[in-house]
Amino acid sequence: MDWKGRDVISIRDFSKEDIEFVLKVAERLEEELNEKGSLDYARGKILATLFFEPSTRTRLSFESAMHRLGGSVIGFSSASSTSVKKGESLADTIKTVEQYSDVIVIRHPMEGAARLAAEVAGIPVINAGDGSNQHPTQTLLDLYTIKKAFGKIDGLTIGLLGDLKYGRTVHSLAEALAFYDVELYLISPELLRMPKHIVDELRERGVKVYETTDLEGAIPKLDVLYVTRIQRERFPDEEEYLKVKGSYQVNLEVLKNAKETLKVMHPLPRVDEIHPEVDKTKHALYFRQVFSGVPVRMALLGLTLGVLGV
Amino acid sequence: MPENLKIEVIPEGTVIDHIPAGKWLKVIEILGLTKPNGGTLLIASNVPSKKLGRKDIVKVEGRYLSEEEVNKIALIAPMATVNIVKDYKIIEKFNVEIPDEITGILKCPNPNCVSNHEYVTPRFHVESREPLKLRCHYCERTINEDEIAQNL
Repeated sequence: MDWKGRDVISIRDFSKEDIEFVLKVAERLEEELNEKGSLDYARGKILATLFFEPSTRTRLSFESAMHRLGGSVIGFSSASSTSVKKGESLADTIKTVEQYSDVIVIRHPMEGAARLAAEVAGIPVINAGDGSNQHPTQTLLDLYTIKKAFGKIDGLTIGLLGDLKYGRTVHSLAEALAFYDVELYLISPELLRMPKHIVDELRERGVKVYETTDLEGAIPKLDVLYVTRIQRERFPDEEEYLKVKGSYQVNLEVLKNAKETLKVMHPLPRVDEIHPEVDKTKHALYFRQVFSGVPVRMALLGLTLGVLGV
Repeated sequence: MPENLKIEVIPEGTVIDHIPAGKWLKVIEILGLTKPNGGTLLIASNVPSKKLGRKDIVKVEGRYLSEEEVNKIALIAPMATVNIVKDYKIIEKFNVEIPDEITGILKCPNPNCVSNHEYVTPRFHVESREPLKLRCHYCERTINEDEIAQNL
């Protein structure tokens, strides 16, 4: 599969074969990294991280991934320290940055910004989140985490919990899971149900989808519970946010009827939707999930740069 | 009398037939024909039609529609047929078809879409024709017929 020069913008651009390929390369890199400590596939290559919006995990794990591949990193982590503040267009910023680097990772508050950046740039662009639209590398690392934990994705029953209306992570994860033979429980308050067009699309693609507000009723059936934060910043008005804030909390009480093998995931940051008492249980997979960000992003950087020889 | 002759024959111009009943005003707005210097328009509304039940017809004197303009009509009147008339004769006939991609006609209704903030031509992919559903090339949001009509 030739990935050199390819952009990673939306999970919608990926086939199942593409996804499986990235996961396989990530696994190989993780093994190599464990053996050798550091790699040098990307020696002499420069990654530019353009974060127009704050992030902890995504930016640091991309930077860590590039360093672990032997490359180096330039970039900024807030738009306020750049010429964007002087009114520079996104297109001009991208045309400038591509002169200094070999691959660009961008997070931007506007939907479609990464697609536009990819059209303007002659070097590969990887989307690290565009407004409420897509965050494809998160989806790939989520799939990688599930596959590592269970050895497979097919045959699993997966619950998505929390803000299914505004959460971009759950939208693209659900779309990617539709490639597999899974059952999905969509658990949310009425106000935050998954948009109908996505639910319809999942059903059309053959996924068994159950929508419910009842977390405790769904828990015994699940192999994976994917929890998301109810994001205040995505709500059009405060009143709607207050109505649903704190609707669910995953704690030991809630988990008492869960399968022994249930794994709880979360894209983080969390607020109060998973009680810290869950962290020490065998159910907690969310910090392992954070770790997966590095090999998956190493795979994407290495593939788009064309330095892995695959 | 044939239904499309209910209004006077035009010597030269464009006849847009099979517009859904009641949509003629929207059609002339989209085509920019409501301006005072836009030329003579002949309109028939709520005409019985075998194909549509009821339909509207707009005849535009002295103006030939380009393909890009026809695409604009396709969004509001997907069954429309366009006849170009010269010397009282139909010299060209097109069936309006919704293209796979729509560029530069429609604005994205998502205020946070990058296409509303940067110097970029709006682009949409047609997801379904019946009912009409488009997906913004940039923000990937889907828009339905009502939103399309509001943003034309």
